[in-house]
Amino acid sequence: MSIEEIYDAKHDAGGELIAGATGDWEIIIGMEVHAQIASRAKLFSGAPTDFGGEPNDHVSLVDAAMPGMLPVINNFCVEQAVRTGLGLKAEINLYSVFDRKNYFYPDLPQGYQISQFKYPIVGRGEVRVDLPDGGTRVVRIERLHLEQDAGKSLHDQHPSMSYVDLNRSGVALMEIVSQPDIRSAEEATLYLEKLRTILRYLGTCDGNMQEGSMRADINVSVRKPGTSLGTRCEIKNVNSMRFIRQAIDYEARRQIDILEDGGEIHQETRLYDPGKGETRAMRSKEESHDYRYFPDPDLLPLELTQPWVDDIARGLPELPDEKKARFIDAFGLSPYDASVLVAERETADFYEAVARGRDPKIAANWVITNLFGALNEIGKTIAESPVSAEQLGSLLDLLADKTLSSRLAKDVFEIMFETGDDPQKIVEDRGLKQVTDTGAIEAAIDRVMAENPDKVEEVKAGKDKLLGWFVGQVMKATQGKANPQIVNEMLRGKFDL
Amino acid sequence: MSDLIELDLAAARDGLRAKEFSAVELTEAYLAEMARGEALNCFITQVPERAVEMARASDGRLADGTAGMLEGIPLGIKDLFCTKDVLTTAASHILDGFTPAYESTVSANLWGAGAVLLGKLNLDEFAMGSSNETSYYGGVVNPWRRKDDDAPLVPGGSSGGSAAAVAARLCLAATGTDTGGSIRQPGALTGTVGMKPTYGRCSRWGIVAFASSLDQAGPMTRSVRDAAILLQAMAGHDTMDSTSVDRPVPDYSAALTGDIRGLRVGIPAEYRVDGMPPEIEKLWQAGQQWLRDGGAELIDINLPHTKYALPAYYIVAPAEASSNLARYDGVKYGLRMPGKDLIEMYENTRAEGFGAEVKRRILIGTYVLSAGYYDAYYLRAQRVRTLIAEDFRAAYDKVDVILTPTTPGPAFAIGARTDDPISMYLNDVFTVPANLAGLPGISVPAGLSESGLPLGLQLIGRAFDEETLFRAAGVLEQAAGFAARPQTWWKD
Amino acid sequence: MTVDNETVRRIARLARIAVKDEELPPLAGELNAILGWVEQLNEVDIAQVAPMTSAVQTTLKQRDDAVTAGHIPDDILKNAPETELGFFVVPKVVE
Ligand SMILES: [Mg+2]
Ligand SMILES: [Zn+2]
Repeated sequence: MSIEEIYDAKHDAGGELIAGATGDWEIIIGMEVHAQIASRAKLFSGAPTDFGGEPNDHVSLVDAAMPGMLPVINNFCVEQAVRTGLGLKAEINLYSVFDRKNYFYPDLPQGYQISQFKYPIVGRGEVRVDLPDGGTRVVRIERLHLEQDAGKSLHDQHPSMSYVDLNRSGVALMEIVSQPDIRSAEEATLYLEKLRTILRYLGTCDGNMQEGSMRADINVSVRKPGTSLGTRCEIKNVNSMRFIRQAIDYEARRQIDILEDGGEIHQETRLYDPGKGETRAMRSKEESHDYRYFPDPDLLPLELTQPWVDDIARGLPELPDEKKARFIDAFGLSPYDASVLVAERETADFYEAVARGRDPKIAANWVITNLFGALNEIGKTIAESPVSAEQLGSLLDLLADKTLSSRLAKDVFEIMFETGDDPQKIVEDRGLKQVTDTGAIEAAIDRVMAENPDKVEEVKAGKDKLLGWFVGQVMKATQGKANPQIVNEMLRGKFDL
Repeated sequence: MSDLIELDLAAARDGLRAKEFSAVELTEAYLAEMARGEALNCFITQVPERAVEMARASDGRLADGTAGMLEGIPLGIKDLFCTKDVLTTAASHILDGFTPAYESTVSANLWGAGAVLLGKLNLDEFAMGSSNETSYYGGVVNPWRRKDDDAPLVPGGSSGGSAAAVAARLCLAATGTDTGGSIRQPGALTGTVGMKPTYGRCSRWGIVAFASSLDQAGPMTRSVRDAAILLQAMAGHDTMDSTSVDRPVPDYSAALTGDIRGLRVGIPAEYRVDGMPPEIEKLWQAGQQWLRDGGAELIDINLPHTKYALPAYYIVAPAEASSNLARYDGVKYGLRMPGKDLIEMYENTRAEGFGAEVKRRILIGTYVLSAGYYDAYYLRAQRVRTLIAEDFRAAYDKVDVILTPTTPGPAFAIGARTDDPISMYLNDVFTVPANLAGLPGISVPAGLSESGLPLGLQLIGRAFDEETLFRAAGVLEQAAGFAARPQTWWKD
Repeated sequence: MTVDNETVRRIARLARIAVKDEELPPLAGELNAILGWVEQLNEVDIAQVAPMTSAVQTTLKQRDDAVTAGHIPDDILKNAPETELGFFVVPKVVE
């Protein structure tokens, strides 16, 4: 078996199958993700990369391909490509070459895109995708290369003309190409989410899909399990998780229907139309392209040194997979909780600040259940949380030293979330301290027993279950401040249980 | 004031500094010559008002002691250099009306040194040609004529307007660009000095690109000293050009010591091509003798891959050009021809906007880069290019400079070679190798052909050793004593 | 490798240059002459030779990540054959 076949066989396992009239079909997906590098200036010019702006305002003479203009590469972008490569556990190529990809399009002002073809800056790597069933899908990365983004054509402004805005022209992109290792629409979105997490950890791309900072080209084919790969179609530039799912499901179904009708799939580039929920062949790509790649004579080969790469590797942050493993090993968290916490670097940092010196599992519970729940309700992110990690930590301390019962703690948390106040202050202002004074509790118990002689008799007659009712009444009598554990113990004493 | 135009750059500079005449006077003298020289068709655009204004500013700086090294020197600029707010055409219809909002680094360096812009000089369209016959604005006429023959001759190309303007005294000096000989060959054909510096010596920023790995700007002047002075101002590191080299610019004039004793001069056997006219061979022999007389040592060398330089060039240059010229698409600047859809607009614009030679080269370049042919043509040519560069490297272990003829013959009649592209390409047989290897080369007027036309000798130097080149060229110039001048028939 | 009329048509299409039918044969002739002439490169043994990557011995120059350009929409658009509302305008593109 070749390496490819071994991988293939491994990837067959666990793939979700689609039922067709002639039996089950397997979807084979490879993705080319374009991730915009979080740089201030463009890849080969000093124009700004800010999103939006007036048309043709973020454009330099170079980006507009004025005669005689020349590219000079942005060193920050090179560094981010290397950082990303290291984050993808990939080979870094110390020698890479910028090529021209030649084709005519109005938003491509040079008539070519500067890209990397034969010698990309980053070679093979991998992304580990956690699947909902607890398994892991290893998606192999084929390569990552640096290239320029194109401008934007607007087709709906005028009946017979298109408008061209070059603001994005020349923005630095990393094209991250996967092997066809993805087996379902859900896996495709999980892969993209994981990739996004890694990029955001590294800070090399902001991952903002609405603003086009991340776009995916999806290669989809179908086959009967165990047979060789089918002809693929490429769905261009899908820019939301929902559309990715819809586009893949539609496209797989379309291909299966064609094949089951005895037809064949033509390799082509397609466009997903979210309005119609379908993919269609792109007119502009009908002509088979001959890009006439050749090394850009305006640029020399990009040569890096191993010590420089090693230096970058040393400065890499802890990445989500490592962080997750540490959360499981060191904190005893469940893999699920650990995945949730590491999905964003900010969340993981927040959690770690809460957990520091405290029970990590209780901390995880509070962050995931209470804090995330509350944030979700008001649609805010962890960065905008009204409760800081220190404040949540203090609340857990009050819980640990029994100042608060867990019920009281939940109440205090709600107030914290609304007001942003420290828990100590809330407890003091509102007198929410847990009552552990046995005298006060005993008095309350006696009062409840005296007021309910019939129930007392029932318990004494053996109806133990009513004990809970008594606990509730005592708690109520103390406005919930009594320590429920003490109440329970003292009641059992009274009833000789 | 017509005697002012007889001063070379060095003499004019000294005269201006000594206040013997003003920059305005000097500029006006040239503007008058330009007006009388219309028949030569050297200029695509003339900017007399701007020139006088710049000269006036120069006079101010000459008066207050802030003069630059080229203060008040009236220059012509090849119309391949983008000049801010001045029409820039590359002699192509496709750049109709294009007025850049920026100034090329080289021309900016010249204005920074105080030079005065007279106008934009004619050239072969996009610098593709060796006779200046491919210009959309019509051919340039060589000021030289054969003796007893009024037939109009080509000035060479692509910097034909620059060469002819310098030879006819329509400007004091000019800029050119050299991709395969486009400075040196017209220099030789017009009796002027043309210098192509080392690739990377002058910034390419703001120069309309033809073949990026070969293009290099350089001076075109009446003397070697003038070339040294002009290059001094043009050259320098530019952070906007990734292929510009960060090295200090030496004092090139100081290199003109006249002393070449012990200089090792290589004579490459492979430049003695089949069918080389005897007068070229004779001139080359004379050049060797002049250098020997100066105390140089002549050494026979081999540059075995020389014969492959021209075919390799005619793959590499069109390939790069086909890509460089893709930006002329009727969208951002220049000509647009209507079409029923976008693709037709592109096709009509480019069919109308480019001339025959440019189209031919774009097609060749597109073909050699296309799927299935890249390895056989482009990659092979780039490998041959490596061998050519290695030939030179090996030679420079033994010699300091190489002497060759600049061209296989003198200026030819307009229209004589337009039907046969390859016979036209052969004009550059001696100049192309230096471009492929990125080396500096200079053509010095060295004698007259039997028909009374100027001929040039070429020196090729080591990378970034322009100083040695100037030193040897100065001796050659001195020994040749080339003093012939064309009849000023265009003034009649 | 001979270039026929169809090849010229395909290449011209790739290069986005309109070529009339009657122009195809002469163009094919010219291209064949040039391609035939450059065939002599096949005589050269290049098996062990690396292609030249640059005529200049230096390393790739890099710029810092600083915004030093842009905000010149008038300069960008001033030479355009057709503009509207700050955009370049082209015949409608069907994606
Ligand atoms: Mg792609
Ligand atoms: Zn891409």
